[in-house]
Amino acid sequence: MDNKELTTPQCIVDGEDTYDLVFEKSHVMTDTRLHYCPGCGHSVAHQILAEVIQELGIQDNVVGVAPVGCSVFAYDYLHIDWQEAAHGRATAVATGIKRCLPDRYVFTYQGDGDLAAIGTGETIHCVNRGENIMIIFINNGVYGMTSGQMAPTSLEGMKTTTSPYGRDVHKMGYPIKVSELVAPLPGAFYVTRQTVHTPNAVRKTKKAIENGFKYQKLGKGTSFIEIVSNCPSNWKMTPVQSNQFIENEMLKYYPVGDIKVPSKEDLKELVK
Amino acid sequence: MKQNEDIRLMKGNEAMAEAAIQAGMDAYFGYPITPQSEVLEYLTREMPNRNFLALQAESEVASINMVYGAAGAGARVMTSSSSPGWSLMQEGVSYIASAQLPCLLVNVNRGGPGLGTIQPSQGDYFQATKGGGHGDYRLIVLAPNSVQEMADFVFLGFELADKYRNPVLMLSDGAIGQMMERVIFHNREINKIPKPWATTGKTPDRERSIITSLFIQPEKMEKVNLELLKKYEAIEKNEIRYEEIMTEDAEYLFVAYGLSARISHKVIQLAREKGIKAGLLRPITLWPFPAPVLNKLADKVKGMFVVELNAGQMIEDVRLAVNGKVKVEHYGRMGGIIPSPEEVEEQFEKFIKTL
Ligand SMILES: Cc1ncc(C[n+]2csc(CCOP(=O)(O)OP(=O)(O)O)c2C)c(N)n1
Ligand code: SF4
Ligand SMILES: [Mg+2]
Repeated sequence: MDNKELTTPQCIVDGEDTYDLVFEKSHVMTDTRLHYCPGCGHSVAHQILAEVIQELGIQDNVVGVAPVGCSVFAYDYLHIDWQEAAHGRATAVATGIKRCLPDRYVFTYQGDGDLAAIGTGETIHCVNRGENIMIIFINNGVYGMTSGQMAPTSLEGMKTTTSPYGRDVHKMGYPIKVSELVAPLPGAFYVTRQTVHTPNAVRKTKKAIENGFKYQKLGKGTSFIEIVSNCPSNWKMTPVQSNQFIENEMLKYYPVGDIKVPSKEDLKELVK
Repeated sequence: MKQNEDIRLMKGNEAMAEAAIQAGMDAYFGYPITPQSEVLEYLTREMPNRNFLALQAESEVASINMVYGAAGAGARVMTSSSSPGWSLMQEGVSYIASAQLPCLLVNVNRGGPGLGTIQPSQGDYFQATKGGGHGDYRLIVLAPNSVQEMADFVFLGFELADKYRNPVLMLSDGAIGQMMERVIFHNREINKIPKPWATTGKTPDRERSIITSLFIQPEKMEKVNLELLKKYEAIEKNEIRYEEIMTEDAEYLFVAYGLSARISHKVIQLAREKGIKAGLLRPITLWPFPAPVLNKLADKVKGMFVVELNAGQMIEDVRLAVNGKVKVEHYGRMGGIIPSPEEVEEQFEKFIKTL
């Protein structure tokens, strides 16, 4: 059964049973097959991003920026205008776009190596200028694309290809909490940490992304949405094990929740 | 004064900034570095009253990537820097060349390598004309030799960038950027061509726009390489610019650009006073290089003398152009030292005795 048949309301399967269509793939997703490994959080994040764009009806008005990392091919999957950026520079690229097209919704979609190592300077200064964009930060504690090297967010003791005996924080630095780092900056309007390992978590993340788009209308600063994610392939785990690792290890160090929320006063215009 | 003329006394850097505003620049991103900080200073001063954006980035790495984003969004955009900052931008420039984004980049060359000196130099010729960043790409490189040209080449630069969807580099130096001269601003008509490929939001009436330099399949990458090559060939065919001074009867030819060309111009006058028939070929586009013109001139002259403020860089292109037809020698000073015309003339006379 192809994609079209699957998503046609009232599809008939096996020539007899009739089903009502209750859930449809977002039309903001292209039909291109995702290249992500089975169980990878990137796929989930892409799908909810597409759903939010569709539900808000802003497909015509969105520009995404995907830098180097496993999600560099994001432009193949979401049916919107995209710019691919150099490793670490997504927020600078997004600044260039948003400053020239202030009424478009602009977001970046970055990994931890990208946002918290090579691009730390751009991240901090983008938020510090209060660029009116949404930063989606996929924290999977590892360099996925280059096959599993230590990331600045790798947990203490975590074995990676460049910390084969486990991350020794005294020699290799501590896992960095970027959300907590950027939240105190006056330019940060909304900072939250979510995850994607359970249906409930996915719903909350979706809400956060929706906020990140909506808040751009207010022009009051940067929305920073960290998504604690997994990398089953490089963690050398099954998808289920990797989700358990999120629950038992990642979230202990990177607790889920809002870190900075706009005041009611700030959101008044949005309600109007 | 003609009605449409606006004559001012300005520094090269300021003239360039003013020209950018007049040329309809939408956005400028930059980071301070001597000897070109006046550009960002001038623009931030003018911004409240005129319709454009000037933003101080946190580094040259950030500014070039902001340029990438803005150019991809369809804006007329520019950055400027000087040698160390220009080095820092190279990864971004390579991405911009690959993604075929039109923009104007400026390097007000200072002495190096390293932190070097803030004095004028032409030491970045190789970096400007042979790449600088990674991969097979070309910049259109314009070399002004006056404050007037620093202004004029902004208009030209934006137009060429749009025409070919290619980054254009203005390679100036610390002397031309800093010195004050008379400059005329003509009230020009601004042409901005439509950019349907820009990422402005995917409306239903068009396919989506993707700005990327990633072509992971070798076949696709090579196709892009070939497409770029075709474009570069067209640029080489159409856009060579140069100035010839007293070449008609010249027996000896100076080849020099920018500040060195000003010095060489004086030298050929000194030589002619002594009865030595010298002429000057001044490349205005360093890429595409006026090789065909030099090759023809090589049939007429006895030798070529290349004057540069570096250890000998453009001389390689001159030698390639004349392909052994005549002897080509170089004279240069480095470290920000500007030789006097008399000093150059003395060296030139030594050279012609060897012919
Ligand atoms: C300047 C530069 N340095 C290094 C690389 C190689 N590189 C590509 S992706 C990557 C790390 C990606 O990790 P992350 O940002 O965490 O994304 P993930 O793949 O985990 O989603 C690196 C180091 C590059 N492309 N460019
Ligand atoms: S390598 Fe890791 S982050 Fe990349 S697609 Fe596979 S599981 Fe996802
Ligand atoms: Mg990662």
